[in-house]
Amino acid sequence: MTLPLFEAGGDPGPNFAELLRSKGLVPPVPDVPAADTAIAHATTVVAIRCHQGVVMAGDRRATAGHLISHRTIEKVFPADHYSGVAIAGAAGPAMEMVRLFQLQLEHYEKVEGKALSLDGKANQLGMMVRNNLPAAMQGFAVVPLFAGYDTNREVGRLFQYDVTGGRYEEREYAVGGSGSLHAGTVIKLGYRPDADADEMIDLAVSALFRTAEEDSATGGPDLVRGIYPVVAVIGADGFQRVADADVEARFRDLLASLENRRGDSQ
Amino acid sequence: MPFYVAPEQLMKDRADFARKGIARGRALTALSVRDGILICAENRSNTLRKVSEIYDRIAFAGVGRYNEFDQLRIAGVRHADLKGYTYSRDDVDARSLANQYAQVLGQTFTHEMKPMEVEILVAEVSTDPDGDQMFHVLYDGTVNDESGYTVLGGEADSIAERLGQTYDRDWEVGDAVQAAAAALSGEERTLEADDLEVAILVRETGRRAFQRIEGDELAGLLG
Repeated sequence: MTLPLFEAGGDPGPNFAELLRSKGLVPPVPDVPAADTAIAHATTVVAIRCHQGVVMAGDRRATAGHLISHRTIEKVFPADHYSGVAIAGAAGPAMEMVRLFQLQLEHYEKVEGKALSLDGKANQLGMMVRNNLPAAMQGFAVVPLFAGYDTNREVGRLFQYDVTGGRYEEREYAVGGSGSLHAGTVIKLGYRPDADADEMIDLAVSALFRTAEEDSATGGPDLVRGIYPVVAVIGADGFQRVADADVEARFRDLLASLENRRGDSQ
Repeated sequence: MPFYVAPEQLMKDRADFARKGIARGRALTALSVRDGILICAENRSNTLRKVSEIYDRIAFAGVGRYNEFDQLRIAGVRHADLKGYTYSRDDVDARSLANQYAQVLGQTFTHEMKPMEVEILVAEVSTDPDGDQMFHVLYDGTVNDESGYTVLGGEADSIAERLGQTYDRDWEVGDAVQAAAAALSGEERTLEADDLEVAILVRETGRRAFQRIEGDELAGLLG
């Protein structure tokens, strides 16, 4: 690998994707429809605004057709220090998009000596989703959620995308993936503006639990194997993943309260 | 009609030219100490950086002509990010990057109209002080593998001598910053926080080891 030096006219600037293109490292667009091949799909993810910033959560299941292909994949990732991205859709291209997005943000920060603004990051992700449109048309759609702490405005913000790269900022919460209908309803009923992160983590946990009951592609808490959804809080001190033990405790509390309710009604 | 110039003379002229350009600029020093690798540069600008991050545990520092070493810095970031993307983050190392820089500088020195008037440092911090690597690359592509401390730029010899009298690898950040500032300034003057650009590759850390030490934090360390 030689040192990448460019003439003034062909310099890709701080754009890592452009650099990859100039080196011929961009993967080709699939020309076979996804329906012919069983590929893994990642499902339900949620993001909720709270007092501290944003809570993000995603279940751990990936499905290929009617089968469960992975029990432990992760769909919520740090994008950089102050932002996170959650993915739904074709798992392979989605993971690749996250990796490229993380690199893109870090590359820009290093080359320019200054991090992108939150709007800049959200636009970058929108462009990546749009570039994926030809693949999406073949059935390899990727629809991410993006959330971050805006250090200029000192608030948490979140963005939703469609397959064309359309970017929609949400004020309360956003959901993505196969279980979004159910997860969205649970969050809608429990949402309170400017609530504490702790409360909204419980709401996200409960939304994923309820969704897993209704949607076969969404994984619930796996108490036997100790697999729990990934939950993270993005606030003024950056992206912090909630410890698995904490998430487990919240699920156990939820299950206990549901059991009590059943006991009371008998 | 072309005149004959002896190759020795040609190389000497080029080297003198490059050395003169570098000697005009202000120096910087890097020290491997207990807390990591500290890089301290005399730089009055808050925006035109001499010291920057290349990758998780790798930093870059340059002296001489700003536009030339900044171009090398960006090429280094690209090289590291491309390599990390193609293989893995663990496969990006300072040695291979220093060799790439040496190639480019050597090539430019012998084949281009003008050699680059820069000296650069590629440093990689390890979890163990013995594993720290510092590569000092000269204008003609000569690579020196330094251990302990190194000085780049004008008056490097006298600064290195001053630093060598006190250097101790068990220093903490504060001691290292003070010693570096004292060595860079000499006896006639003192350097304040505003005159310095300081960064450290922290030994015990998460993924990205590079941290700048600026403003009140730097002033506090200088005491």
